[in-house]
Order: sequence, then structure tokens, then C-alpha cells
Amino acid sequence: MKSVLGDRKAIILLLTPALLVYTVIMLAPVVWSLGLTFFSGSPLMGFEFSGLANFERLIADSAVWDAFWFTVRYAVLVTLLQVVLGYGLALLYNFVLRKSSVLVRTLVFFPVVLPTVAVSLLYQKIFQSAPSDGFVNELLVNVGLDSVDWLGAGTTAFVVIVIMDVWRSIGFYGILIFSGLLDIPDEIIESARLDGARGVSLFRHIVLPMSLPILFASFIFSINGTIKVFDSVFALTGGGPGSSTTPLTLYMYRTAFQYSDYGYGSTIALLLTVMCLVITLFIFRSSRRDITV
Amino acid sequence: MSTASSRRLRKPLLGVLGLVSVGALALAGCSGGGGGGGNNPSSFEFLKNSENTTTEPVLDSLIEGACAQQNETLPLEVSSVPQAELDAQIQLLASQGGLPPMFSAGGNPAEGARLAEAGALVDFDEALTDLGMRDKIAPGAVSTIEKLYGGGFNFLPFQYNIEGIWYNTQIFEDNGWEVPETWDDLVTIAGEAKAAGLTPFSASGEQGWPLTRLVSTYLFRSVGPDALQKVADGEAKLTDPEYVEAAAAIADLGAQGYFGDNVTSLDIDGSYNLFLTGQAPMIYMGSWILGNINGDGNEVGAENMSFFPFPAVDGGAGSIDQYPSNVGLPATFSADAYSEDVAGWLGCIAENYGNAALQEGQITGFVADEEADLPEISQKVADTIATSTDSVLWFEALFPAKASQISSTNAALLVTGQLTPEEFMGLVQDAIDNP
Repeated sequence: MKSVLGDRKAIILLLTPALLVYTVIMLAPVVWSLGLTFFSGSPLMGFEFSGLANFERLIADSAVWDAFWFTVRYAVLVTLLQVVLGYGLALLYNFVLRKSSVLVRTLVFFPVVLPTVAVSLLYQKIFQSAPSDGFVNELLVNVGLDSVDWLGAGTTAFVVIVIMDVWRSIGFYGILIFSGLLDIPDEIIESARLDGARGVSLFRHIVLPMSLPILFASFIFSINGTIKVFDSVFALTGGGPGSSTTPLTLYMYRTAFQYSDYGYGSTIALLLTVMCLVITLFIFRSSRRDITV
Repeated sequence: MSTASSRRLRKPLLGVLGLVSVGALALAGCSGGGGGGGNNPSSFEFLKNSENTTTEPVLDSLIEGACAQQNETLPLEVSSVPQAELDAQIQLLASQGGLPPMFSAGGNPAEGARLAEAGALVDFDEALTDLGMRDKIAPGAVSTIEKLYGGGFNFLPFQYNIEGIWYNTQIFEDNGWEVPETWDDLVTIAGEAKAAGLTPFSASGEQGWPLTRLVSTYLFRSVGPDALQKVADGEAKLTDPEYVEAAAAIADLGAQGYFGDNVTSLDIDGSYNLFLTGQAPMIYMGSWILGNINGDGNEVGAENMSFFPFPAVDGGAGSIDQYPSNVGLPATFSADAYSEDVAGWLGCIAENYGNAALQEGQITGFVADEEADLPEISQKVADTIATSTDSVLWFEALFPAKASQISSTNAALLVTGQLTPEEFMGLVQDAIDNP
């Protein structure tokens, strides 16, 4: 076995099928999409080389920047809530509930396995205002407040999207960070306790520094997932009302597939890719030093 | 720095990259075709939008009767995709030369016109003349198709709808309201309906188009039947004062609360429900609503419902007799897959579809020359279609896909005051100018 894995020809031979599939399925479409940014047209009417026109249009397109800012607002807020609340849950599992946390973990994780569209439909019903009030509006009316058309205005629709996506994903981050907390050796915690560290001071000086690697990993997972948000928003609000909850992904989808503008759609996709890359590099750079030492 | 081992590695790596490239190209080359198209299709595949539940039952009745012979030669196979994906699916198939023999038009007429322009569709003027069936399609339906799809007769009217305001005759009688003939009369009735605790107009802001239909029909009455053709031709802008005035008139209905408090979130079924349960005396809709009016969910009773044309606007250039009309999502035939057997199907459909559909209570653009026992309100629609001499389209009919989408998604904001009429029309005009 050792001789096979030490033979470069064997390695290449074994890797070739996977490399071939990866190239055809992943790399070729990426390169193709990149190439399309320099063209305008559609498969039906044919493509025409347009140079940097799509990039000039991107800079001048206010709808792109509206979608960009929605994406940034959504990604920052949801990432913070997902990781911070997920961290809170993980601390709860590890230090308060301990071995009896299994039931709570299962219950909190349950929304993660539900299909996004089903969750969106559920939230549509919960926050419904027409033709009849949903659960939330009934609650408001029962305490003497007015019913709110939650999905009828951009601000309230944004709030519903954030609540829904945090509810849907928080169980995943709770479990992810919990698994990181399990790696903190009990001896260190015990030693700190013997040295007098308790509560906030134990958390601040021992638990937080030692859980930073898993927190960074969670931030990278979360920010990349939230920047690419599509299905939940599409199913809940369709990007509306108007374009007030349209993320870049949805604008890209509409541009390419509904407006048949594949070149410009690819340019928006490139902007999205660059966003993901820059943010991931930024987080990696921040976590470059060995914080566990 | 190059080492002996790295040099040894370079050659095989180049070989692998070459192999990968060839493989990718081969696979890319193989990706075309398929989809049931080709010069001699082995089946009569019909690709339709999943939401269309009316065409298939009629085709099923044809294969058991008049078109049994055609079905034996070339069996009918129906496949569906969601309407929202239809345009993209058709484009993909067209680019691969794989369009099926018959398929529904996508949601945006401009896309259908592009297919026709690219020569991908059968010219029915010629094909039906060759088959001796040209007179089996109603002239009004052909006229609507020509207006919609770039001037040619490349689509078949499997549906034919007129639009107007459907109203609850019982509520009108109880309140002593006459059918309004002018916009001012209509607004007066709406005010009295609101005062009586009703939602004057049931409309789905979630869909958007039931609201933009009001803007366009107002325009057809005020500016004239060519109001939106002028916009499509670049001779007028939606931001011109007379166009903004139409948007302002509809926005004002919203400002008065005539669409109810939660119009933005009301979906199309909810809007039907509001009307069919007697909570709203009026709804602007196409004659496809007949299925709901004649169905079991109508608590008011079909006998208590009727419709009137959108009223005239004082001093306007349009006429109350010009009905907005459409052909639903019509179907078309692929030019590439049009074989002798497919032509046999076309002839059979042209000859028999109108009568078969009428037996199912559907009104189409195919000529129906056999008697059918229709409910009273359906008969009234059929008579109106038969006697109507002039028609107009709808707000988004001639717009590119982007403008159409922006118009629908922002309509609710217009009637809830979140967008001014100037802003709304400006947004749509901008999308027309930069498709």
C-alpha cells in the first residue's frame, strides 16, 4: 500500500476520475460563467462579445447595489445571531444541561432537517395578515394591538426573514460549536476553577479563547451561507414587496433566467463570488495567529 | 526551482490536463439534443406549464375520440414544468435544437416573439391553410396573438379570455347601484361599498398583475387603445403626465382603502375567496374566473354574478366596447419537429379542439360549431366574445421580461402609498429602457 501511495503515477491514475468529474462539473461551468461576463445575449439569440460593458453596467445599476446592501445587512445580522445564539446554546449544552442536553439538542436541531420551502410556508402562515390573521397577528390583537401586514413592507418582511432563518439554522451552529467545546480538556477547566476562575472570568479567560477556532469556522460557514441566501427568501417573500428583500442571488437568477441576460447575470455571480472570497480571506487573516497557545 | 521529481511529474500532469480537457469538450458536445425534438419525433410530446390544468383533459378527450388515429400513429405524451421555469426551459431546449413538437409559450410574450423571430416556430397561417383548417381559428384570437407575439400567427389559442369587472348582482341590487358606465360612477359605488363595510375591490397585491391591469385598462380608456403600443414603440413614456394620471387614479383607490387593508399580502385564491363569499362586490379579472364562479366554492351563487366592461374615462380616447383580451399561455409547434404526423395532429386539433373544450365548459380561440349547454354567465361571456369587435391587451403585454416583473412586484406598493405614481411608472419605464 505504501509503495502504491508513494508512486506518483499511481496517485495520478487514482486521482484522474475524480479530477475529471470535478473539472467537468465544477471548474468548466465556473470558467464558462467567467467567460460569459464578457458577452451579451442568450443561447437562443446567440452571444455577442461586449468587452467590459457588463462591468460598467454593474457599477451603474442601482438595483444591484440595493441587492448588495440587502445581502450585506442580512449576512451580517444573521451571521451574528446564528453564531452568538449558537454559542449560547453550546455553552448551555456543555456547562448547564451537560449529559441531559440530548433532548434539547434534538429539539433545537429539528428545524435544520426541515425543507426550506416548508419552513417558509410555515412562517408565511405564522405571520399572515390576509385573508385572515396568522398566529402572530392574533396574538397582537389579543393583547390589544393592531394587526401588522408583516410581509407587506420591506422592513417588517426583513425582520421575518431574519427570525425564520435564525430559527431554522441555529440548531446547526449550536451543535457545531458544542462539538468544539467538547475538545476543551476537562483538566484545563478544572485547573482554572482550582485557581479561582468562576462564571464570567472562566468564560472570558479560558472558554472563549479556547473556542475561538470553532467560532471562526462557524463565522466562515455562516457568512458564506448567508451571502448566498436564496431559497428561503424566494419562498417567503419572492424578493418583495417590490425589490425590498431581493438578495444578490435572486437578482442574479432573475437577470440570467427570467430576463435571459446571461452575460450580465454571470457578472452579478462574479460579484457574489468576489464577496465570498474577500470575506473568507478576511476571516482567515484574522484567525491566522495560533490563538490556542 | 525545478527539480528532477517535479519535471517527472510535469509530463503526466500535462497528459491528465489534456485528457480532462478532451473529456470536458466531449461531454459538452454531448449535452445538446434530447428533449423529444428532432425532424421525426417518435411521440407527440406536449411540454406545458404545470399550472395549466385545462388543456390536457381536452386533449385526452380528443385521443379517445376524434384524434384516436393520430394518437395511434404518434402517441401524445404530456410533460410539465412550473410556469416560472418555462421560459428558461424553452430557451435551453431551443438552443440545443431539442424543442418538443408542441409546447406552451413562456410567461413573457416577448420571449415567444424572439422564438418566432429566430425561426423556431411553425407559421400557422401557412400550415393551417395547407391543411384547409385556417378558418377554424377565431379571427379575434388570431388578432390578439399577432398583437402579442411580434405580428405573426405562431401560437394557438387554447384559451381565449376577455377581462372586465365581475360583480355581485345581489349586493348591487340591495344597494340600488346601477352598472357603472364611467370611472366616476365606479368610484362612487366603491365609496358606498366601503361605507357599507365591504371591501369594494378584491385584488391580489401578492400577484401584482390584478392591480396593473387596472392601470392599463384606465390607460386604454383615457389615452386610447394604442396607449401601450406607443410606449413599446418609444413614442410615449410611462412617465408622461397622462400615463402617470392613470397610475394616480388606481393609487387613489388604494389610498381610499378600496382594496382592503392587507392588499399587499392577499394572494390570488384569497382574492377569489373574498369575492365568492360576498365580502367584496367587485373583482377585476379575466373570464378564466368562470371555473370558480361555476364551481362549488361560490357561496354567492353563479346566478348572482355578472360582469361589466371597465367603464369609460370622461374625455378619454378609448371606448367601453374595447375588451382587454388574452389567450392565456398559448401553445405553439416547433418548426424543427414539424413532421407529416405532427401536421396530422395539428389538423385534428384545429378541427376538433373548440367543440371538445366547450363540452368541458371552456371557451377557446378555436371555432366551436356544436351546441353546448353552458351556465348563464358562461353563455354571456361566449356571446360577448362572439360579438366583440375590438380588443386591447394588458399592461405588461408588450414589455420586456424585466419590466413585466418589476411592474407586478411593485404594483402593491403603488396602491399602499409606498411608491408614488411617478416613482412606480419611472421604475417600469427604466426597466423598459434598460431591459
